[in-house]
Amino acid sequence: MALENPNTVSPKDRDDAPWQHDKKKGELEHIGKPIRKVDARSKVSGLTQFADDLTMPRMLHMKLLRSTMAHAELAHIDTSKAAALPGVKGILTGKDMPTPFGILPVSQDEHALCPDHVRFVGDPIVAIAATEEETAWDACRLVEVDYRELRTIGSIQEAAANDEPRLHDYGVRGNVHRLENLEFGDLEDGFKRADHIREDTFWFEGNTHLPMEQHASLAHFDKDGKLTIWSSTQTPHYLHRALARVLHPLPANRIRVIATPNGGGFGGKSDPFNHEICAAKMSMLTGRPVKVALTREEVFWCHRGRHPVLMRSKIGVSKTGRITALDFHSFLDGGAYGSYGTASTFYTGALQTVTYAVENYHFRGARFFTNKAPCGPKRGHGTVQPRFAMEVQLDKVACDLNIDPAKLRLDNLAPRESVTANYLRIGSMGLAACIEKVVEGSGWNERRGKKEVTKEGRIRGLGIACSSYLSGAGLPIYWNGMPHSGVQLQLDRSGLCTVFCGSTDIGQGSDSVLGWIVGEVLGINPLDIKVVTADTDLTPVDLGSYSSRVTVMTGNAAMQAAERARDIVAKGVAKKLEIPAVRVVFAEGRVFDAEDPDTGMTFQEAVGVAEAQVGTIGTVGSYTPPKSAAKFRGGGVGPSPSYSYSATVVEVEVDPETGIYSVPKVWMAHDIGRALNAAVAMGQIEGSIYMGLGEAMMEEMAYRDRSHKGKRVFLHKIPSMLEYKSPSALEMPDCVTYVVEEPDKNGPFGAKEVGQGPLLPIMPAVANAVFDAVGVRVDENPISFEKVFAAIQAKNEGKDPRYGPAGDETGIPDVNFGESLKIKTPWQGGDGTAWNEPKRTKKAKK
Amino acid sequence: MTEPNKVLATFQVNGEPHEVAFVPHKTLLEVLREEMTLTGTKHGCELGECGTCTVQVDGTPVLSCLVLAVDAVGKNVQTVEGLACGSDLAPLQDCMADLGAAQCGYCTPGILMAADALLKDNVRPTRDEIKEALAGNLCRCTGYLKIFEAIELAAARMRGEDAEPSKESIYGS
Repeated sequence: MALENPNTVSPKDRDDAPWQHDKKKGELEHIGKPIRKVDARSKVSGLTQFADDLTMPRMLHMKLLRSTMAHAELAHIDTSKAAALPGVKGILTGKDMPTPFGILPVSQDEHALCPDHVRFVGDPIVAIAATEEETAWDACRLVEVDYRELRTIGSIQEAAANDEPRLHDYGVRGNVHRLENLEFGDLEDGFKRADHIREDTFWFEGNTHLPMEQHASLAHFDKDGKLTIWSSTQTPHYLHRALARVLHPLPANRIRVIATPNGGGFGGKSDPFNHEICAAKMSMLTGRPVKVALTREEVFWCHRGRHPVLMRSKIGVSKTGRITALDFHSFLDGGAYGSYGTASTFYTGALQTVTYAVENYHFRGARFFTNKAPCGPKRGHGTVQPRFAMEVQLDKVACDLNIDPAKLRLDNLAPRESVTANYLRIGSMGLAACIEKVVEGSGWNERRGKKEVTKEGRIRGLGIACSSYLSGAGLPIYWNGMPHSGVQLQLDRSGLCTVFCGSTDIGQGSDSVLGWIVGEVLGINPLDIKVVTADTDLTPVDLGSYSSRVTVMTGNAAMQAAERARDIVAKGVAKKLEIPAVRVVFAEGRVFDAEDPDTGMTFQEAVGVAEAQVGTIGTVGSYTPPKSAAKFRGGGVGPSPSYSYSATVVEVEVDPETGIYSVPKVWMAHDIGRALNAAVAMGQIEGSIYMGLGEAMMEEMAYRDRSHKGKRVFLHKIPSMLEYKSPSALEMPDCVTYVVEEPDKNGPFGAKEVGQGPLLPIMPAVANAVFDAVGVRVDENPISFEKVFAAIQAKNEGKDPRYGPAGDETGIPDVNFGESLKIKTPWQGGDGTAWNEPKRTKKAKK
Repeated sequence: MTEPNKVLATFQVNGEPHEVAFVPHKTLLEVLREEMTLTGTKHGCELGECGTCTVQVDGTPVLSCLVLAVDAVGKNVQTVEGLACGSDLAPLQDCMADLGAAQCGYCTPGILMAADALLKDNVRPTRDEIKEALAGNLCRCTGYLKIFEAIELAAARMRGEDAEPSKESIYGS
């Protein structure tokens, strides 16, 4: 009897599926257990091959000559001397790749090499390949570039005030890239009903990912006319699309992108990069494999890190501290290109409502082009800066109203299973439990405000903050109706299960997520599963490792593929054992009868039994997020299948004389739905705490603005690992971590995002702890020692005990945001549309 | 810009002789990776700032990006490839794998070589001694905690103790 193809029938209702019988296994076998990652062995052996570890016969080395000017037109480029250097095999300039590209369809504003206009120090102009790496460098130095200098746009304020010279010929106007203006509910009424209103201004300096691995790529255009590129990218699918665009007429089906394991990404390897496209083109030009490995300085130029954001927040609360209205402005310094900036802008306004119930909400966001390395997504993408503002402001509100800041937060929590003012659908929501854990663990109620003095004369303080984060973006980066993640699964009569998926392991363990989920469903050891990922020739599309999407999206696709495979094998075994398929259990490497566990066979035998009946066994699974409730323009950024929650208490010890402080201890609770692997989830949380402390205390992507011989010199302050301070082992505090599990119906086994969310509350909690210790406010991030010192000095002089940007016209740029899109909230009877939105022409689906 | 003459030398790496020809201004890092294909040793800055390229020379951890290869001739060079015994991982590697102390795994070889040198000198290092030993090795993924715990667990096991990781370090408090 032929069995029906499980891939063409709709997935069965879970209640009827044999899966239910796995409950008879008792506890889950693999999920939640601290088992090794599937790649752990190769990583601790030094055998994992990163992009720069690859070599090929006849391989050339490529280097990029980058702009030494912050803003200039390229009058003339002379490569003749470079071309004459022995060993040089290929030279590319902007005219060789005239098609622009960019990660978002709305900002295709980059060129593989600048054709005529450089926009920041580090913008690439020429690519040279040579037989030796040093020869390629030497050749770059022989290139003569004639710059025609343009005025430098160095800040948000300069970009807002100067429409000319424009960095780009698109955008709202001048150097304004984006303006967004969204109004949910009735702000006037919200503020009218408020018993207390306060306005604050915050500044969040940019910072960068600083992955340990410098970006590298190896491209090979082979004799069959097909291109393969191995690259340290978080998004092989998007790189594939960018290559197909720029290398046209080379068709996409002749381009293969293999994402090598990323030596850290954190968002910094999510854009298609100049060096990747140049290596590919260079290989096509020379007919030889071409490798490019960036220097650390060049990694700083690639950047795409945290946007510097200026924020103005006006909040209205009732006597008891309930938020009645929030009016939030953000001004983003985007750097030289669009990158993910459109999404970043919306993200500075999207998730405030997911943590706390905001009854009426007005968000205005502006992004500007400046002559700096382009900003983009870094861990917590766009939601980190407003989270800093909101959590510090709530601390001030609690202080104004004499309410415990922890209680104020508990009283304002967004309800689980609800829709927010801006139409984000919240599922599970374990923030109350998170707050309770860190409050209890830290001794918050007893120790806060006590100003204990250490024996070194430092004053202790505690600060609290919370956050929420996405489990993947609800919409893809380019408009399409296809799944966000696909998984293909192959069962072999040897008992081998191979999982194919386009997802990319950047160290977070996404390869292992596939193994754990498939292993659990099929009752086999995850370490016996072969995981093949991130290869556009072999693996179904997954959009990439960004926005914490992999656990939920790839996980659900893997679950579907595994359940379909299990159904096939279960039917085969049921027939052989002459029992109903619903009684077949998969556990401990065996397939057996639930009512008589001794009757059964090994998994390997079971696959053979099924294969003999139905032929070769392969299944697929895919995942598309639920449809968003937001229908207004701009509502595409923010929706997610589920949201993670975090609460932290940070302890500081501040020297009241110098402002120097340390962070001896952190308590962090993270609601992740369910931990798919205990130890790996812990590692993600601890890594977030670490990176958050780096941002809070020292990391900044700042620029040096000087004049030299009457000319303005605008340079990155610190493009090296020594000068870009990041925490070492010595600075890492003790951490008490709580994993809170409130399963979400949209997640595989209830899992949600882990590891971006817990970064967010660290910076505001540090700021709030400094206030608890010495009574001063630092409304800027990083909360560096000199700022604390300056605020203490102001306090001692009887001035406003604060360090931060001015809230008047000297600090806030004058930007006309135009008329807001007005959206009725769900509780006003809204339907997710803007009542004053002009009719949109429907874009054709690709 | 004529290429300087190469020198021929024999290195002792992980107990094996490697005869290589290389230009004399090459660093030990470059010669290990490019001439001996020992790519387990990584690089993160090539300026002595990140610790990723740590190897041991005569048992002492050094930054191979700051050591001229010619200076390592005649000395015992130990890289990550030499840690495992055949296909058996060293206890330090096992503990790092079990605790998820290698996330992206890029700093891991350098951390392993620094930690291995520590454990050779000090069978019972305190947390502060571990922090001190790793102060020159940056890691951007882990927050170092799982690495500290793995080193402590490995040290205990190497002392013959029947040690297990604490419940809090794996499941949280």
